Amino acid sequence: MAALNFWLMKIIYILWLRQVKRFLRSKSRIVGALGQPLLFLLAFGYGFGPIFQRAGQGNYLEFLAPGIIAMTIIFTSIFNGMEVIWDRQFGFLKETLVAPVSRFQIMFGRTLGGATVATLQGIIVLAISLIAGFRPVNWWMVPWSVVIMLVIALLFTALGTALASQLADMQGFQLITNFLVMPLFFLSGAMFPIEGLPKALATIVKFDPLSYGVDALRGMLINVTHFGLHVDAIVLVVITIAFLAIGSYSFSKIQV
Amino acid sequence: MNIIEVIDLNKKFGGFTAVDNINFTVAKGEIFAFLGPNGAGKSTTIKMLTTLLHPTKGRIQLNGHDPVKDSSAVRKSFGIVFQDPSLDDELTAYENMDFHGVLYGMPVQLRRERIEQLLKFVELWDRRNNLVKEFSGGMKRRLEVARGLMHHPKILFLDEPTLGLDPQTRNHIWTYLKNLNQQENITVFFTTHYMAEAEQIAQRIAVIDHGKIVATGTTAELQQRTGTRSLEEAFLKLTGDTIREESSTPMDRMRMGRRMWRR
Repeated sequence: MAALNFWLMKIIYILWLRQVKRFLRSKSRIVGALGQPLLFLLAFGYGFGPIFQRAGQGNYLEFLAPGIIAMTIIFTSIFNGMEVIWDRQFGFLKETLVAPVSRFQIMFGRTLGGATVATLQGIIVLAISLIAGFRPVNWWMVPWSVVIMLVIALLFTALGTALASQLADMQGFQLITNFLVMPLFFLSGAMFPIEGLPKALATIVKFDPLSYGVDALRGMLINVTHFGLHVDAIVLVVITIAFLAIGSYSFSKIQV
Repeated sequence: MNIIEVIDLNKKFGGFTAVDNINFTVAKGEIFAFLGPNGAGKSTTIKMLTTLLHPTKGRIQLNGHDPVKDSSAVRKSFGIVFQDPSLDDELTAYENMDFHGVLYGMPVQLRRERIEQLLKFVELWDRRNNLVKEFSGGMKRRLEVARGLMHHPKILFLDEPTLGLDPQTRNHIWTYLKNLNQQENITVFFTTHYMAEAEQIAQRIAVIDHGKIVATGTTAELQQRTGTRSLEEAFLKLTGDTIREESSTPMDRMRMGRRMWRR
């Protein structure tokens, strides 16, 4: 039994390792994925900074940086989840599907790998924002914020996998980016405070899982939260488990 | 002893019958060619044999196991080389082999030995640390054959393994497979559109058309039955000479897209 469990872990590990190796080897992917957050951080962080200050809200860069970290993670992890489509196109998925392992193991290993890659990107963006002038209030909370990053990454990698399992080819990808990923990001409070929003918008924000991720990161890094860290943590964990379940189910139905 | 037994196998997609109550057997250690025009039901049958699709009706025994009820045992019994490349381009040849070995539960020492043996066998040992994306089409194919053999399967499935390869590479691949068949008594089940290959390599042939098996036997038997002098003529006589048009699936469109993108 112990040997069997070891083997199960080994399968998940090798699938995880594959994703991480692929990421570390493609330098263009690393650099490409960092261009956008850097631009957002500099253009918005410094561009809106003075207005934010005048409105009495303090330092905008401090406020924005956790939001940009969350943005990097949601973009990368949904894309990583959707890599299933590429693997199906390039045939590699079949290689894993005819192996004597369960689909759940495959899905879980991939998701963990994709989420790790997204978390690494999040950490790099955190480092960049430190260079840009961001200063966390609680340095000792930084490792905990990495845990939150991993949970956000797992949540959206699982969502990406679930979506990819439903799509036949990459043509639906643009649709998902514009009608799902962008709204999830812009309506999450990553760029603006949630306090005092019009009621309709505030309600939408409440239904966006990323809002809780952004809020948790802010709570950890700059000690400001809207929902409270406990609420954030519970919502994130519950939704992550739900999406992992949906993702595994959709993945188990993939036909090649 | 039969290593593959297919009994009244049937697969329907909605109202369309892709495989229509077929029966055939493959003996242990045999080199078996499964021939048919495009859309005849070859790929659907292979997918059912390899646990990727569930039959609508009928039964399959592969190495004594049922692919539906005991997919894990069936999956350990066969290796497969798919029609499309299925390697990870971003990994090295060695890593692709090792990944496969781990998936099939092989211990590390055995993996090391087997990878060395097989990569030497397909003459890729010197390139083991190169990324697969630097490989030519022929090298990728050889690596896939080696990978399919990694876990000591009893049966090796090859779906058009020589498609798009030059005659030299094709010749090499068939030489490997013949040697393997003789040395390790592996059953080889393959499809091809090159009739000359089937004629040279296969000990027995089944021809499928419109989801039905229209003939089985040796090349000589098929020629005799149709009164022809080559397998190609026999094949055309059995399946007619009209061109089969398949409607393109999203998968085909993606394949086309890939061809545009890659070189």
